[in-house]
Amino acid sequence: MLDIKNLKASITGKNILKGISLHVKRGEIHAIMGPNGSGKSTLASVLVGREFAEVTEGTITYMGNNLLEMSPEDRAKEGIFLGFQYPIEIPGVSMVNFMKTAINEKRKHLGLEPLSASDFLKMMREKKELVEIDSKLANRSVNEGFSGGEKKKNEIFQMAMLEPKLAILDETDSGLDIDALKIVANGVNKLKRPDNAFIVITHYQRLLDYIVPDVVHVLYDGRIVKTAGKELALELEAKGYDWIKKEVENNVVA
Amino acid sequence: MEKEQDKILDEVTSGKYKYGFYSDIDTEQIEKGLSEEVVKIISAKKNEPDWLLEFRLKAYRHWLTMKMPTWPNLKIPEIDYQDIIYYSAPRQKPKLNSLDDVDPELKKTFDRLGIPLEEQKHLSGVAVDAVMDSVSVKTTFKETLAEMGIIFCSFSDAVKEYPDLVKRYMGTVVPYTDNFYASLNSAVFSDGSFCYIPKGVRCPMELSTYFRINAANTGQFERTLLVADEESYVSYLEGCTAPSRDENQLHAAIVEIIAEKNAEVKYSTVQNWYPGDKDGKGGILNFVTKRGMCRGENSKISWTQIETGSAITWKYPSCILRGDNSTGEFYSVAVTNNHQQADTGTKMIHIGKNTKSTIVSKGISAGKGQNSYRGLVKILKNASNARNFSQCDSLLLGDKCGAHTFPYLEVDNQTAIVEHEATTSKIGEDQIFYCNQRGISTEDAIGLIVNGYAREVINKLPMEFAVEAQKLLEISLEGSVG
Repeated sequence: MLDIKNLKASITGKNILKGISLHVKRGEIHAIMGPNGSGKSTLASVLVGREFAEVTEGTITYMGNNLLEMSPEDRAKEGIFLGFQYPIEIPGVSMVNFMKTAINEKRKHLGLEPLSASDFLKMMREKKELVEIDSKLANRSVNEGFSGGEKKKNEIFQMAMLEPKLAILDETDSGLDIDALKIVANGVNKLKRPDNAFIVITHYQRLLDYIVPDVVHVLYDGRIVKTAGKELALELEAKGYDWIKKEVENNVVA
Repeated sequence: MEKEQDKILDEVTSGKYKYGFYSDIDTEQIEKGLSEEVVKIISAKKNEPDWLLEFRLKAYRHWLTMKMPTWPNLKIPEIDYQDIIYYSAPRQKPKLNSLDDVDPELKKTFDRLGIPLEEQKHLSGVAVDAVMDSVSVKTTFKETLAEMGIIFCSFSDAVKEYPDLVKRYMGTVVPYTDNFYASLNSAVFSDGSFCYIPKGVRCPMELSTYFRINAANTGQFERTLLVADEESYVSYLEGCTAPSRDENQLHAAIVEIIAEKNAEVKYSTVQNWYPGDKDGKGGILNFVTKRGMCRGENSKISWTQIETGSAITWKYPSCILRGDNSTGEFYSVAVTNNHQQADTGTKMIHIGKNTKSTIVSKGISAGKGQNSYRGLVKILKNASNARNFSQCDSLLLGDKCGAHTFPYLEVDNQTAIVEHEATTSKIGEDQIFYCNQRGISTEDAIGLIVNGYAREVINKLPMEFAVEAQKLLEISLEGSVG
């Protein structure tokens, strides 16, 4: 589904991603871990098309299409979803209005009729229950006055509503207590299907106890330096990122 | 990615001002310039009674003693008052009874503007008095309203048919000495609407008037007088369009509203005058004096305005809360884009006891627009238990525009409670990107955000106006990205 080849990207002239290659298949959950500054969020930014992340080399193929030539809106309509690390507030715009607009844009793109008001409200109710999000949250303006945890839950709720093919979760677990974490992970697990895929970006192994990945990558200094199964996450938890850094240095020396 | 976005914005921005056309109707104009002679000619052409000519002349003589005010936060181009035509009327045939007899060119113009003068309008319950360049062309459903005793006609007609009513109220809320532009208007006003709702009558339909400035260099000096007698109710809509011209066009109107005991008037405006082009050339100068007098006890006057047009907007729809327990409200959304300027707000003067006023002002600035809110809440010494709530918010799109707030609070009574809140916010790139990432285009995102911001005011408009207003907001902000 997603094929990244030798991706290099910079922000304001500084090289952040220095040659990333990654292949994600349908039905897979990939975890990307790494210390601060390794380029995790930059990778997410490139995938969703943020302007400040400038791609200098490499290709990204998504479902056979050149992703880098698609606008952010089109990428979204083609099923890419980003759970933001810092979801922004949009006062005055109700979640209902926001979601209805987004869903109907996607449906238009797919040649479908827009959802009727009653069908839409029914869908909202179903998804609210599915991801166990408070009714109150869904009736307010987008993220306005939400706590950090509520914002993250709202990201999962939107993901449930939009039913993406490729969901990228950028440090969704940061700032969450254990209960909120479980709710978020639960939501993700309920949305997992054989025909969609997830890229879970996280610092800590803790989330991966609940969202079990198929593949774990470690990003360090703009490169994927290690790829393995879920045990890698546990190893990192035990040994810390220093272990990875030493390994990388040793390899260079060697 | 950047290029894609710019391409879309270019396409949308270059969409011409929708109402920019000039209709080719036989108009009768007088020479440019202003003098006592001109005032007399205007009065004569309209067959006015002597008392009205006297009023005009007094106003003109007073105007000569006045100077244009310089205190607003506006850059106003030099106006040569002698370089304006003060009277322009389409050549009219004698009074007609049926729609079939209206000048077909005229009718076509109104169709293009989307003003249906046919009976079908009756089904949607709106009576329309269409003003075409200084002269009222047609008053629809005069008969239907007449059955209820409601008078809704052109100002000129009112002067002839209801002179006592006009004499009693005209100039009582905005005297001809009030300000420079009020004096000018009082001298050369062309026409406008007159509305009288008799005691105890609730007007069943929304009354509406469309303005249109047609020929080049004609000032539009409209005069509207709206009287709601005791226990009555009326909702009045004012919507304006104007053709695209190069020279600035002066619009100095007066609107006077009187609400007697237990009466209520809702006055809504959607203003879409030509704002000038992207480089700030041309556009309407909208200098208006609007004031309502809550004369009787428990009376209420609400002003709701959506101002998106004009090169310069200078107006303060106000309420004088004379009657005890009277209420004044002001809800406004003012947009300045490209090179537009606005210095607008309201004055709430609390005179009676237990009076209440509410002010909600939402300014939106984009491009190089400069938007100023100027509000006065004045509570006189004997105005006990007065209450005021004011909220002025500014929304900025981009970093070349400006928003300014000049609130004035003059409180001379200790029992008054005055609350004032103000916020300033910006539509950030992050907010727009959040929408993009959910599949919503940048234009739609701005539309969503702006309409969410203005929602509280838009909700005050009559339904059909509300829809037009939302569209208007989106269109007026095309090409401005946070």
